[in-house]
Amino acid sequence: MWIYEKKLEFPSRICSTNPKLAKVIITQYGGPDGELAASLRYLTQRYTMPTGRSKAVLNDIGTEELAHMEIVATMVYNLIKDASLEEIKAAGLDGYYADHDKALYFVNGDGVPWVAQYIQSKGDPVADLHENLAAEQKARATYEYLLQLSDDPGISETLAFLRQREVIHFQRFGETLEHIYEFYNHQHRFFMGDHS
Amino acid sequence: MSTVRMQMLIDIMALEFTAVELNLFLDTHPGERRALDAYNATVVQLDELKREYEARFGPLTNFGYSDSDYPWRWVEEPWPWQINFAHMKGV
Ligand SMILES: [Fe+2]
Repeated sequence: MWIYEKKLEFPSRICSTNPKLAKVIITQYGGPDGELAASLRYLTQRYTMPTGRSKAVLNDIGTEELAHMEIVATMVYNLIKDASLEEIKAAGLDGYYADHDKALYFVNGDGVPWVAQYIQSKGDPVADLHENLAAEQKARATYEYLLQLSDDPGISETLAFLRQREVIHFQRFGETLEHIYEFYNHQHRFFMGDHS
Repeated sequence: MSTVRMQMLIDIMALEFTAVELNLFLDTHPGERRALDAYNATVVQLDELKREYEARFGPLTNFGYSDSDYPWRWVEEPWPWQINFAHMKGV
């Protein structure tokens, strides 16, 4: 069960109407290394994690990623909501506009829709955690590219916050991987019981 | 939205972020007593701040976590994506 909280995780400032910037930021909504992929990946991998700790990490980071998805959506929504059709066309968002108006949809910067193939759920905790470590680095790199592209100081501040969270998630997944190796190297080698 | 309300939201976000950060740390360090004490202290502060906010501006959470004045205040705008903190300094 999830409980919604009527607030963002971070006080997002948006200083401009800027559909050009929205067009690239939307990749962190529905792109290959975006927040939808992140949250769904961790939340679906958590079921087969072998220990209480690893289940908690996947559950909690997956949940925080949902909050990041909401922050990204808030940026995109506000960057385009007051844009004129001329601005939409100039930003190359006219194709998007034809399909979605100014609604939020899960696509990357080029309009390619999200697919489940972006993520894996392998049932092997070592494989899954390695995927997650890579995913966090890819998301961090994407936020750095977006920071290079951003010309809105408020947006840059929020992108920097989201980038920093990927660094922390990478750290926690690394600790979890070590914990999993330890778990398998001890007496529990062939037993996946209810451990913490 | 009033500056007072935005500032309260910012304060709640800051404290809740502390809680998120400590929570994730504790997930991988469940035996760290000092982090746990800090987490539990944050819970108390955060609860106080949220109750104060909710008494003035309506529920932050639904599904039984917060009560509401009449009429049902959950449906009131703004929703989170409608709030722009652009003119708040020190965010
Ligand atoms: Fe992340």
